[in-house]
Amino acid sequence: MDYKHSELLRFTTAGNVDDGKSTLIGRLLYDSKSIFEDQLEAVQKASERRGEEGVNLALLTDGLKAEREQGITIDVAYRYFSTPKRKFIIADTPGHTQYTRNMVTGASTANVALILVDARTGIVEQTRRHAFIASLLQIPHLVICINKMDLVDFSEEVYTTIKEEFEKFSYKLDVKDVSFIPISALKGDNIVTRSENTPWYGGGTLLYTLENVHIGSDHNFIDARFPVQFVIRPNNDEFHDYRGYAGRVAGGILKKGDEVTLLPSGFTTKIAKIDSHGGELAEAFPPMSVTVLLEDDYDLSRGDMIVRTHNQPNVSQDLEVMICWFNERPLQLNGKYAILHTTQEARCIVKDIRYRLDINTLHRDVDDTTIRMNDIARVVLRTTKPLFFDSYRRNRITGSIILVDEHTNETVAAGMII
Amino acid sequence: MDFNYNLNHLKELEAESMFVLREVAAQFENPVLLFSGGKDSILVTYLAMKAFYPARIPFPLLHIDTGHNFQETLDYRDELVERTGARLIVGSVQEAIDQGRVVEEKGLNASRNFLQTAVLLESMEKGKYDAAIGGARRDEEKARAKERFFSHRDEFGQWDPKNQRPELWNLFNGKKNIGEHFRIFPISNWTELDVWQYLSMEGVNLPSLYFAHQREVFERDGMLLAASEVIQRRPTEIPFETTVRFRTIGDITCTGAVKSTAGTIDDVIDEIAASRVTERGTRADDKRSETAMEDRKKQGYF
Repeated sequence: MDYKHSELLRFTTAGNVDDGKSTLIGRLLYDSKSIFEDQLEAVQKASERRGEEGVNLALLTDGLKAEREQGITIDVAYRYFSTPKRKFIIADTPGHTQYTRNMVTGASTANVALILVDARTGIVEQTRRHAFIASLLQIPHLVICINKMDLVDFSEEVYTTIKEEFEKFSYKLDVKDVSFIPISALKGDNIVTRSENTPWYGGGTLLYTLENVHIGSDHNFIDARFPVQFVIRPNNDEFHDYRGYAGRVAGGILKKGDEVTLLPSGFTTKIAKIDSHGGELAEAFPPMSVTVLLEDDYDLSRGDMIVRTHNQPNVSQDLEVMICWFNERPLQLNGKYAILHTTQEARCIVKDIRYRLDINTLHRDVDDTTIRMNDIARVVLRTTKPLFFDSYRRNRITGSIILVDEHTNETVAAGMII
Repeated sequence: MDFNYNLNHLKELEAESMFVLREVAAQFENPVLLFSGGKDSILVTYLAMKAFYPARIPFPLLHIDTGHNFQETLDYRDELVERTGARLIVGSVQEAIDQGRVVEEKGLNASRNFLQTAVLLESMEKGKYDAAIGGARRDEEKARAKERFFSHRDEFGQWDPKNQRPELWNLFNGKKNIGEHFRIFPISNWTELDVWQYLSMEGVNLPSLYFAHQREVFERDGMLLAASEVIQRRPTEIPFETTVRFRTIGDITCTGAVKSTAGTIDDVIDEIAASRVTERGTRADDKRSETAMEDRKKQGYF
């Protein structure tokens, strides 16, 4: 097995309740031989105990007691499977509206979103909501799985109608790459093997799409950004004067000898060395974790950022942000929150709520601006110190923030900088 | 110029885990790394060495010693501590039993696994640790599939699966009130196969228990358990010698062996890739009920 050349792809699944998400995941795991006998046996036993007919594959993913009791998915679960070409991480997120925050959670790191549509009902409110969240979170690739094709006699017309309807709706969204696949998760059509029932469909199976979608450009390789995470000072005889800046490359490519500017101080110096446990590296790119050493002895600490001198991020205390609110207590206008951004932490005040977005109609409500759990809104934040950031569209790492309630320490919002 | 800025999946997992370990060092005052001597905690220790190179790992290793360990595990642990210069702290279950702080289970399936939780929480309180890094993986078990990298625990060390902090992008919120702590799982996204492939790629050596060897075992409920004086046997459970290896290493009393001739790391990779049962299929502690792991985690198990 050529595991040394396999890539990692993260995807998330979205769909209405009973659209067959769990069945789809069960099918992918089962057909790619990633379900083990003891897991299957445990699920079989649990299904029997619950008095269900046949094996309920959803029990593979709904692992918590409360989830099994209620037959719903409460929280994001992560599943894994691999083929010789790629390893896959599935963020299995709940479809219920009250758990939108979990969909946002799963979507924040995904390369691909699978959106399930029931062929019998077509595009529904929930489909639009999921597609919108996927576009808001800039998931690079969308795969629309038109499921339950077996229940509409594998009709090409049904497939085409849904596809056209989605396309018409998605013009309003900011999505770059969309593909459509007619499937039956229950029967296994076009999941791992091509279906004989859809001779009119010329595209690949779901697994083929997941294995071949181009993810090499999903990172930003243009704008060099290195947030300092931790300062490494061994203080021993061998490495007496060693001062390394540990971090994860958030954008661009760093090379030894590059001229760089240090933020916030604005000093300019050069990269003396990129170090790792395995020895010196010629260059570093996202998402590598490395240690950078500088030619001059400037004092940097966590939260500072190393950038290319001729390509610098925005530096400001005022941010325009699209947020998704996560908490039962509504957003407080003029309220103060802790804000986390890259390795930087500050406090902020909510200066203005521009509008609340109705994600079903994409209507911007400027009158009722009470932001409750699962709402999406555009807000203006003023931070206690300048942040170094890019727009989220340009870089998902340097363009994202979270807000934390300073009394309860809960993460109350996810934000994308405009 | 050839534009090929791709990391293979193992290198990407490595980068993610190193990032998490550095976040722990930056966000917490007094973290500790839970070291059991199994391959997962060995991997986490190795990744920590990488994350802070050329400095030493900036937190101590904490071993909760059940007193029912395989000798091979203890030898490996001591050698690793010697080689890396890490600081080792041992929390002893035997001592807790002797002092009457915990009560040992009785009977055929008696295990100290449960007592580990109490001693772990005691040790954390004693050392005032505010973060405990563990080698748990989400692919191990269905309750673990729901875990976060930063897993918040209340002042009793309890996990509340319904009240987990959402984790977005790579922004980890480690804020907590006094008395609370976090469990940190840097290798959440690794599978058993990833761990072995990575250890092979990096040339990391492992305790001999993981490779095929002759051992006296007996069969119980379809599992092969090591014949040891710490496990009570029924008269019908007659030990025999055979060639086995272990897929997971825990307490002797609950760790099952598998028949295997895999003598090298690459043999093990081939064997796991073809295996039709999960690694925790050999763990008696998970077979106690449908939600055995979730229940233990709620009580403060890692």
